[in-house]
Amino acid sequence: MAQTSAQKKGVGSVIWEYLTTVDHKKIAILYLIAGGFFFVLGGIEAMLIRIQLAVPNNDFLSAGLFNEVITMHGTTMIFLAAMPLLFAFMNATVPLQIGARDVAFPFLNSLGVWLFIFGGIFLNLSWFMGGAPDAGWTSYASLSIASPGHGIDFYALGLQISGAGTLISGINFVTTIITMRAPGMTYMRMPLMTWTTLVASVLIVFAFPPLTIGIFLLMFDRMFGSNFFLVEAGGNTIIWEHLFWIFGHPEVYILILPAFGIFSEIFATFARKRLFGYSAMVFATVLIGFYGFMVWAHHMFTVGLGPVANAIFAVATMAIAVPTGIKIFNWIATIWGGSIEFTTPMLYALAFIPSFTMGGVTGIMQAAAPADYQYHDSYFIVAHFHYVIVGGVVFALLAGLHYYWPLMFATMLNEKLGKITFWLFFFGFHLTFLIQHFLGLWGMPRRVFTYLDGQGYNAANMISTAGAFLMAVAVIVLVVNIIMTIAKNERVGMDPWGDGRTLEWSLPLPVPYYNFAQIPLIRGLDPYWVEKKEGNGKMLPSESLTDFHMPNNSILPVVMSLGLFIAAFGAMFFPDGKDWAIDAVSGLDPKPWALPVLIIGLGTTFVAMGIRSWKDDLGYYVKKEEVEKDLEELERGGK
Amino acid sequence: MKNHWMKARWIGLITVLMVFLSGCGKNHLSTLRPAGEVGQEQFNLMILSIIIMLFVVAVVTILFTLAVVRNRRSKRGEDFQPKDVASNHTLEVIWTAVPIVLLIILAVPTVYLVFKQADTSASVTEDGEVNPEETVINVRAYQYWWEFEYPAEGVVTSQDLVVPTDTRVYFNLLGADVKHSFWIPAAGGKMDTNIDGINSFYLIFDEDAAEETDRLFYGKCAELCGPSHALMDFKVTALAEEDYDQWLADMQAIEEPVQASSEDAQAGQEIFADSCMGCHATTSTGAGAMGPNLTNFADRELIAGYLEHNEENLQEWIRDPETLKPGNKMTGTYDLTDEEIELVSAYLMELSVEEGSGDLEALEESRHGGGDGESEDEESPEDDEDEEEGN
Repeated sequence: MAQTSAQKKGVGSVIWEYLTTVDHKKIAILYLIAGGFFFVLGGIEAMLIRIQLAVPNNDFLSAGLFNEVITMHGTTMIFLAAMPLLFAFMNATVPLQIGARDVAFPFLNSLGVWLFIFGGIFLNLSWFMGGAPDAGWTSYASLSIASPGHGIDFYALGLQISGAGTLISGINFVTTIITMRAPGMTYMRMPLMTWTTLVASVLIVFAFPPLTIGIFLLMFDRMFGSNFFLVEAGGNTIIWEHLFWIFGHPEVYILILPAFGIFSEIFATFARKRLFGYSAMVFATVLIGFYGFMVWAHHMFTVGLGPVANAIFAVATMAIAVPTGIKIFNWIATIWGGSIEFTTPMLYALAFIPSFTMGGVTGIMQAAAPADYQYHDSYFIVAHFHYVIVGGVVFALLAGLHYYWPLMFATMLNEKLGKITFWLFFFGFHLTFLIQHFLGLWGMPRRVFTYLDGQGYNAANMISTAGAFLMAVAVIVLVVNIIMTIAKNERVGMDPWGDGRTLEWSLPLPVPYYNFAQIPLIRGLDPYWVEKKEGNGKMLPSESLTDFHMPNNSILPVVMSLGLFIAAFGAMFFPDGKDWAIDAVSGLDPKPWALPVLIIGLGTTFVAMGIRSWKDDLGYYVKKEEVEKDLEELERGGK
Repeated sequence: MKNHWMKARWIGLITVLMVFLSGCGKNHLSTLRPAGEVGQEQFNLMILSIIIMLFVVAVVTILFTLAVVRNRRSKRGEDFQPKDVASNHTLEVIWTAVPIVLLIILAVPTVYLVFKQADTSASVTEDGEVNPEETVINVRAYQYWWEFEYPAEGVVTSQDLVVPTDTRVYFNLLGADVKHSFWIPAAGGKMDTNIDGINSFYLIFDEDAAEETDRLFYGKCAELCGPSHALMDFKVTALAEEDYDQWLADMQAIEEPVQASSEDAQAGQEIFADSCMGCHATTSTGAGAMGPNLTNFADRELIAGYLEHNEENLQEWIRDPETLKPGNKMTGTYDLTDEEIELVSAYLMELSVEEGSGDLEALEESRHGGGDGESEDEESPEDDEDEEEGN
């Protein structure tokens, strides 16, 4: 019934539905679409980089443009692709895994996604409005203050807006997981995906404020005449590096922990065996999250912090290898003695183990600080973090895309094309990045727009570029796969992989908008598996069928985000032509309209916040009869 | 499926072999061919860590391969029901304890070398002055060039760094505009040139290694510093102690700018005095100038840090610096016709320091402040103060 009416809906009403939705499943789709778009954009930027570096003295990109491309590649991939895509899977799975009808704060969930989308759009508008940021994704203060034009302002304001969205989402997930678990879902029965989401969300709550502060200081220096980073006026640029990396290192774990979560689910499912050492895995996850805050200065070994700081941070960094090693061995022990089915998600998960181990061990090599004086800011580092981020996070995203696609869309991606994508991507990845370790050791610095002939870098760079093309082809095959799957629209039923263990696979597909007709009773780890083995394969209800409460849709999150988006333009053009402004912008034409735009934008946001605060929105009740009708229909369809 | 995995492994192995066959890079710029003690220690640490890490990778790969090959569903059969194992205490203790032991093996030399290589105390005397007994060089990094000042001798040069072999060379690093990073890969790791304060470290260049590379090493900027970051290279000439002293003495001997000899060069000198002198010095003094010091310009290895040193490139560089080094600070600061550029370059190509012209005794005297050895007015005291903080 619900389905037929959805098909009758016009395009306009579907768009309106998505603009106003507070349903975590639809928000997941928004994250997936926007994150996927930015992933392709970041990928195109990566290809431009590799084309430029394919041969020495290349002039495919100019020096200045190259710096813009590398900055946007890094910023886009981390903030606008990897994190939102992880949020897509968190949103799609976590409420279903813990047996909740939605997240704790559905309105905030919507606000989070729209802040991210508007922030991302703002950042990328820089390409059309005078040039993108060009100081690297780390945007070190001396260079970012000196960078002429508005590029860095796009970076600062865009990340500030999307960062606020991330922080909000982090708070939301922490609250959801702590307060909304179904009866019987104790902490030590939560699936690893939920556990890693919880720890990553806690990391977001603690790690994003330093970034926010750092960017605020940068914004005020560039737009409102302060001098936090202006050394000649008594400022200090090293503060930026600390603030950035106090955020930046936990950020790596914010990305990798949910990736670990996705893989843990996939290993257990396709080995038909429960996760080995569950408690050790949980403990290791928490420990990695905790250590993540103790090691930021290993990004700064060459800054001159002195031997005491370098020694402490070197040893602390090495310590992280222990819980990470525990995880790797637990995964191997999980598939050991199992029955491995080589589905596309499982191929990514299996490839992840050796690939990520290689990225992990080069990380430990860098923890040896004196050796890092050599590796630092060379291509060795580029190779290392791509091994971790691509071999870990991107593999997880691609695995998760195939694994959770039926849960999100009630169809299956084509397995054959999926495997073609996997093999192309896997070989392309190693071809691109393995050789870069050696480039770094041979003395090639990173972030160089070109290199001279005769330094022995030519062949290796060409190999690297060839690998990048393989990855690009892999992504094209994936896009074709997605389009074909959507066009065919062949629906699948409950538990499409056949070996679902966790609660989300016990639901009918497509998942009803209220998720659970009755909140289930959880009787153990992997509750659906428990019912398959010990019960009749159906979850037991923990409540009788009654009316239940759901939140109303709202357009206010879009309005609030739009307000900040408008305000950002005002803030950005405010210092143009002012005498107190930094050299980078003081020479530009004055923009008298900047202040009114700033005020109008902020005003829009505040009015929307006011409406949300003073106008009661009590939600609505889903009637028992409606749910009963859905259940009957399901029964008929199933038999 | 098995075939795929075997194939993957073979291709991986062949790639690794290829890489080893292609060698360890060029000996004047590869970290794998260390040219002195600092680089050697770092190289040894790398090798130790690589051995430990290859062991880890090997163990993981073997276990992983066994796990995958043995437990395929096609082999196990569709109906096989794996036994759920919650955990195994012994195994978990092993894979927690073994990594800890491996890390301790790596941590001990790491901490030792961190402290050893950070010891620059010998570069200053007890009064906080530059120690004249040691080789101390002040490095200032600019977008996109390097200035090298020899404070004890009062000599300033740029782009081509000259160092003595077989002795510790102490560097005091400062960024003039934005942050850069000073890296001579063959000699050892890098250190940042912060704009907030001075960083100090030391490197050593072995005489033998220097001979092998024709006494020339490559230096690079390792921190993104703007559009021409990639072109911010410099050359390092490593000379035996006596040659190094002679070079310093020769530089000191240039008290007046070298006078042009040819007619063209004389005309060029006049143009230079009008258009270029404001930023470029032609005597080896005046650290912290706007542009590179050009005292020994004709003796240098490269134009603009990366082009072959010939008159054609020089003229091209003066004519259109923006194309050759985007974002540089020289663009648009002068207005010269092509003819004038030819004259100026003729003059610059005559800026050579005669070898052996300097007086070694005068050099010694300058190092020790004219014999009384107590106070030296010519050094900038602020550098020395900052240095303490930098440490």
